[in-house]
Amino acid sequence: MTQVLLKGARLYGEGEKVDVLVVDGTIAEIGAVAAAEGTEVVEAGGQVLLPGFVDLHTHLREPGREDTETVDSGSAAAALGGYTAVFAMANTDPVADNAVVVEHVWRRGRETGLVDVHPVGAVTVGLKGERLAEMGTMAKSAAGVRLFSDDGHCVSDPLLMRRALEYSTALGVVVAQHAEEPRLTVGAQAHEGERAARLGYAGWPSSAEEAIVARDCVLARHAGARLHICHVSATGTVDVLDWAKGLGVDVSAEVTPHHLLLTDERLATYDPINKVNPPLRAEADVERMRRALASGVLDCVATDHAPHAVQDKDCEWDAARPGMLGLQTALSIVVETMVRPGLLDWRGVARIMSERPAEIAGLPDQGRPLAVGEPANLVLVDPEAEWTVRGAELASVSANTPYEGMRLPAVVSATLLRGRITSREGKIG
Amino acid sequence: MKHLLTTDGLAEDAATAVLDTADELKRTLLGREVRKLPTLRGRTVITMFYENSTRTRVSFEIAGKWMSADVVNVSAGGSSVGKGESLRDTALTLAAAGADCVIVRHPASGAAHRLAGWLTETGTSVVNAGDGTHEHPTQALLDAATLRERLGALKGRRIAIVGDVLHSRVARSNVHLLATLGADVVLVAPPTLLPKGVESWPVTVSHELDAELPAVDAVMMLRVQAERMHGGFFPSAREYSIAYGLNEARLGLLPEDAVVLHPGPMLRGMEIGSAVADAPQSAITEQVRNGVHVRMAVLYHLLAGEGEE
Repeated sequence: MTQVLLKGARLYGEGEKVDVLVVDGTIAEIGAVAAAEGTEVVEAGGQVLLPGFVDLHTHLREPGREDTETVDSGSAAAALGGYTAVFAMANTDPVADNAVVVEHVWRRGRETGLVDVHPVGAVTVGLKGERLAEMGTMAKSAAGVRLFSDDGHCVSDPLLMRRALEYSTALGVVVAQHAEEPRLTVGAQAHEGERAARLGYAGWPSSAEEAIVARDCVLARHAGARLHICHVSATGTVDVLDWAKGLGVDVSAEVTPHHLLLTDERLATYDPINKVNPPLRAEADVERMRRALASGVLDCVATDHAPHAVQDKDCEWDAARPGMLGLQTALSIVVETMVRPGLLDWRGVARIMSERPAEIAGLPDQGRPLAVGEPANLVLVDPEAEWTVRGAELASVSANTPYEGMRLPAVVSATLLRGRITSREGKIG
Repeated sequence: MKHLLTTDGLAEDAATAVLDTADELKRTLLGREVRKLPTLRGRTVITMFYENSTRTRVSFEIAGKWMSADVVNVSAGGSSVGKGESLRDTALTLAAAGADCVIVRHPASGAAHRLAGWLTETGTSVVNAGDGTHEHPTQALLDAATLRERLGALKGRRIAIVGDVLHSRVARSNVHLLATLGADVVLVAPPTLLPKGVESWPVTVSHELDAELPAVDAVMMLRVQAERMHGGFFPSAREYSIAYGLNEARLGLLPEDAVVLHPGPMLRGMEIGSAVADAPQSAITEQVRNGVHVRMAVLYHLLAGEGEE
């Protein structure tokens, strides 16, 4: 029997301090609890207790690019960031388009044991957008794939997307679309707007995202399917989602921390640390992402954690790979952009970081209420603390954070996965 | 000046200083049999061209040589670049080999900025000789030098820039510099060849060349690259030429003393009529001649200017 006692936590940052006793992975008691012998005690000191975070969108780079991230290092980053479940995208080498690869990733996650690693299956073979991958086999494999995506590529063929959505309904799984009409983004490098025009970047128009989201909402309604939209970045996409949800389309959407904070103002340096897909957009888009996340038109935050090697970032813009680290900075960015300005309270944070993503992916033991009898997937947050981001100090193999040197609010004090402490005071385990 | 990367934000007095130096160099060398000044003796200038270019590379090379600098030409095909070496490593190698100045042309916008960043510690100057669809500052300076020669001061002068603004680094550099020098710029192009966001530029925009020509002091024709013609930016070369080409008939719409510029290479019969290119209004060969003097002036201000910035 393992026991952990969280002394003096404030559930969802509300009400009086309470003690939370965790026994064998389950919340056993909430109230005034005395520490029994052999109980590991975490002094919470009035800090905020939330359900462990769930990230629908990470790139853990294993197999294939272990020089940039592994399931081990990515899991450590996740645990330190307050996550108890992460979804690992399928664009590995080999691609996770079959049961062998997804089971491998799932097993590696179990071996590491710091966070539940759920492999995302590819929608199409080799992410090529030509024919469906064996979604059923992957769903029924040991990995139990719930989420399918060609992320990094858009399933742009409307007929293939229709088939994927239809097919998914029999499996009870979700297709997550990387919304980017490829004909509108040939050679695209940055958000198409005033800044890119001046700086000479080939434009990535918002319409390339909006058009696919509109199309796919229509297709999902026709197919009676669930649809999830990855990394929403454009104002017009929010309008489309609002319209589709109003019609009763079963669509959900995520936004990344960087699209809540950063803008294309960063293009001026030509430093590809700021290169990401979809691109950083204008101030009005950032403002809209925040409001849509607060109102629920955008369902959740997902990091799109994308580690890259130094040589793939320390080069000219066009040659650089898109993507940025996110797992260890996500909470702080959410606090900075949503909590501090008063757009969300801590219950709201629990909703967008844990409950909604768990619901979207159908994880029964994540994003659960803080109540007796519930699984102890928990994160303890110090809302008053601040820290300075240093890429080299992050747990990822890579260091490509766009927040280098920034002072950010809120620190993860402890993360518990099924009652076991996976991170504490910035250290693993 | 430490680097010349862009004309965006280049101060009026700095730009004017380069132009004045160019004028002076031109006067000094006029009629001389030996066109060589000792100013940059012992300094090493490396041109690093990742795109094909004859006129710009040759112009920089001659400029360096007339200033007595040692000029080394590196082209992407004939160096370790072909072996996959990164831009950063190539730049650091050239700096370590003793370059005082690196002149770079690269297909990626911002490549010259990146280079300047990597070379901060070596003290090497960087000149942007064209980066992607961003800027080509020495072209804008030589255009301004040519216009000043023909028109005098540019304040209040009206200049039309015609053609593929979207993909043109020449247009971007000219828009900033001409605005700084007080000229009014009108961009004339089909909507497909104008960037989204052009509204924020210090220009007016028009789609009617004929309506603009009678009121301009100069017209700058931009090259239409072959790949644009097949990229669906306009229906056909014929239709483009009819709407936006500076043909012989249109020359008559221009005021008599207006100046015609083209950065080259020209597509005669497409964006510019053959007789127009050779007409008295055309300053196209003067542009090339002034290019050498302007680049000499740029090298002078970067490498010989004492106590500046």
